[in-house]
Amino acid sequence: MTQVKMTVNGKTASGHVEGRTLLVQFLREDLGLTGTHVGCDTSQCGACVVHVNGQAVKACSMLAVEADGADVATIEGQAAADGTLNTIQQAFQDHHGLQCGFCTPGMVMSAAALLKDNPKPTVAEVRHYLDGNICRCTGYHNIVKAIMAASGQDIGAIAAE
Amino acid sequence: MPKDSGIGASSKRREDIRFLTGDGNYTDDINIHGQAYVHFLRSDVAHGTLNSVNTDAAAAMDGVVKIFTGTDFEAVGSIPCGWQVTDKHGEVMQEPRHPVLAHGKVRHVGEPIAAVVADTPEQARDAAEAIEVDISELPAVIDMKEAVRDGAPKVHDDLTGNLCYDWGFVEENKGAVDAAFEKAAHVTTLELVNNRLVANPMEPRVAVGDFARSTGDYTLYTTSQNPHVIRLLMGAFVLGIPEHKLRVVAPDVGGGFGTKIFHYQEEAFVTFAAKACNRPVKWTSSRSEAFMSDAHGRDHVTKIELALDADNNFTALRTDTYANMGAYLSTFAPSVPTWLHGTLMAGNYKTPLIYVNVKAVFTNTVPVDAYRGAGRPEATYQLERLVDKAAHELGVDPIKLRRQNFVTEFPYATPVAVEYDTGDYIATMDKLEEMADVAGFAARRQESEAKGRLRGFGVNCYIEACGIAPSNLVGQLGARAGLYESATVRVNATGGLVVMTGSHSHGQGHETSFAQVVAEMIGIDESMVEIVHGDTDRVPMGMGTYGSRSLAVGGSAMVRATEKIIAKARKIASHLLEASETDVELKDGAFTVAGTDKSVAWGDVTLAAYVPHNYPLEEIEPGLEETAFYDPANFTYPSGAYACEVELDPETGQVTVERFFAADDFGNIVNPMIVTGQVHGGLAQGIGQALMENCTYDADGQLLSASYMDYAMPRASDLPFYDVDHSCQTPCTHNPLGVKGCGEAGAIGSPPAVVNAVLDAMRSGGKDVSHIDMPVSPHRVWEAMNS
Repeated sequence: MTQVKMTVNGKTASGHVEGRTLLVQFLREDLGLTGTHVGCDTSQCGACVVHVNGQAVKACSMLAVEADGADVATIEGQAAADGTLNTIQQAFQDHHGLQCGFCTPGMVMSAAALLKDNPKPTVAEVRHYLDGNICRCTGYHNIVKAIMAASGQDIGAIAAE
Repeated sequence: MPKDSGIGASSKRREDIRFLTGDGNYTDDINIHGQAYVHFLRSDVAHGTLNSVNTDAAAAMDGVVKIFTGTDFEAVGSIPCGWQVTDKHGEVMQEPRHPVLAHGKVRHVGEPIAAVVADTPEQARDAAEAIEVDISELPAVIDMKEAVRDGAPKVHDDLTGNLCYDWGFVEENKGAVDAAFEKAAHVTTLELVNNRLVANPMEPRVAVGDFARSTGDYTLYTTSQNPHVIRLLMGAFVLGIPEHKLRVVAPDVGGGFGTKIFHYQEEAFVTFAAKACNRPVKWTSSRSEAFMSDAHGRDHVTKIELALDADNNFTALRTDTYANMGAYLSTFAPSVPTWLHGTLMAGNYKTPLIYVNVKAVFTNTVPVDAYRGAGRPEATYQLERLVDKAAHELGVDPIKLRRQNFVTEFPYATPVAVEYDTGDYIATMDKLEEMADVAGFAARRQESEAKGRLRGFGVNCYIEACGIAPSNLVGQLGARAGLYESATVRVNATGGLVVMTGSHSHGQGHETSFAQVVAEMIGIDESMVEIVHGDTDRVPMGMGTYGSRSLAVGGSAMVRATEKIIAKARKIASHLLEASETDVELKDGAFTVAGTDKSVAWGDVTLAAYVPHNYPLEEIEPGLEETAFYDPANFTYPSGAYACEVELDPETGQVTVERFFAADDFGNIVNPMIVTGQVHGGLAQGIGQALMENCTYDADGQLLSASYMDYAMPRASDLPFYDVDHSCQTPCTHNPLGVKGCGEAGAIGSPPAVVNAVLDAMRSGGKDVSHIDMPVSPHRVWEAMNS
């Protein structure tokens, strides 16, 4: 067992992990941050996307020991302390960008990483960026719409509803 | 002006807040102090004799609590099937035993052979690798037509063969149908495959079993669409636990699409093992396990024929379908290719004579059961492809041929046993043509051709039957369950309500839309209504969510219970107002004496119910809580018309869906935003089936598409924006809300439009291909273009 210590959502977190413990396991099982989800075992679905040192990372593809000393952000840290949703979260609710909610944390974290690097993406750029995030409920229409709206762009031209 | 609350308003979803902040409570988020973890050792061969399972080495490994094999479950019941089909000879279907853990034989890749319970998931997995399994491999049957040939290897040695049933519907019509084909001016024939799919809700299945030794109470937390059904099936038929000692909880569930309806071995295992190990036991499916243990969908092979007279009127239809059951009968598998498929073969058309034959076949594959649409996509696909083919053979416009044969008068009794109560197929087709700008297609095709691409346009119609019921009818058809729904409305003293519904929400937004209905009925704010679901200890016996039934059946139960509440509240109010009950009306959350300004607020009435100081105790009991069980009089029949425009790259065979239009008639609508979202998701799954998804076995029964690297899940860049309309509304005539159901329409209605569009594009490129099977992959398209 190895001790790891990292900053998660602005707070110091530490624990003892096996070498094979994934970051997502550490977050979910050791820290109880169950908002980060596991939807596959081949790093395809993106339900576990978190930010590590500001970069979007699939937490199933990184060992907990690799995140030692890192600054990690998860879905639990996205809303304000009083519960107010951030711009992306609010856009997802406003535009019905989620249904069952299982892929949603990964979608929100990916969208945040996209908009940080590319504040005014095109629709094609949004769709391309989401290639690593699978949603089975929404058909992506309202997810793309929500991200475009969160970027402050006019979504009037997007097909009806 | 759109409403901002109540029925018809696009109220924002209240459940979103917890999902958007990581505060959902999915089954894998549930951890019970002291829990152990199970890992299933699954068969890696499709068919074989299980000679021995040696667990000695594994049992000695670190952390192992107990290892189970098939022999531990000999005294335990078979995983039951919930529907018994009677074949065309009047014989009941063949129904094999379905063990919790394989015993004697393995019958599909993924079948659980042994289960290791250990302190950690890693220890359980490590120990499972140390189990020695001796299997003598047997020839596998994968192809359905091969499986029913004489001398084919038998999946179940104790059955007469691999034919589960041979169903004829309506058998008495067969002679007349054949005679109509003899007289036909034109016959169009099509042979096609409805490709096998995997539902793939993003949340894999999870089950946590718990047992309290001091009370003998069991609790199962599971990813289910219908916890009461699981409680009944598992309690009564598998483990012998009376329902009052078994609680089943399905908390937040991350999508279902049908595959979380069924009772699975893993649920029975963790419940059984919790007692045997005297510890809570948790199982979390990996995605790889999900591919080989979640029930699959579709997998039909069909020959369909349409007879037309000289004026292009449809005169008869007959079909011959092989339907894959897989190795065992999943919970509702036998009903899917029969009563959910044969009864829909009339489609939107007044074809007077129809005969449907379905041969259900056992193979060495994962069990196949309902997946979004369940039988209705299979019916729609074959019929709507066939009608398009007939139009091209006859040289008539496909839309015109459809319009000519539409059912136009309602109610309409089909020759396949169902009666459509309402619909307006002309209106949805009119709407579709308007939306899709059919007139502008030629110009769009020119633009595509200028880029070296072919452009195709395809349409289809669909009809579906939702809100499966009534119970006395489905009982006659072989259902071993009632198909009503329940609701309890509990009003608190201060006026807020809790509605406990037997429906289950796993993405549909019931917590929002159901609250809209009750709030509107009483005239109070939606925030005063809380919806509770998914816990057998909290809600009355309910049948759960599938078949687009939640609002039509569950919502109707909720309306009936709320009507009872209002009736009692009116009695209380009339007492408080010293007025005749008939003069007291409920409006905007207050009871008022008609024609006066005398009124009493909702909260004062509810307070009186629980603090009955000034109360008609001699006439009515205190309290305000009512339950209703609603059993519908008929199915509901949503319908619509869909259109797809594709671009096809003749160099690569790549097809892209450029535009997709859906004009649906769902009857009345409670939350348009949610309805639109349901259609979007259905369309994505239907387009996915048409373009890319395919569950594939090799000839030995190895599952070749068992991960997201092999099974093509549609991604954001594979799909277009959709243009969705539901302004055509013919309300359902037999439920109190006039609603029909919208959850499956998109998946039912979209595949034929996509394939019809692809064939149209190929024709425009000079290649008149009459058929191509789904998924229309680049490989298949390129081959067809270059054959």
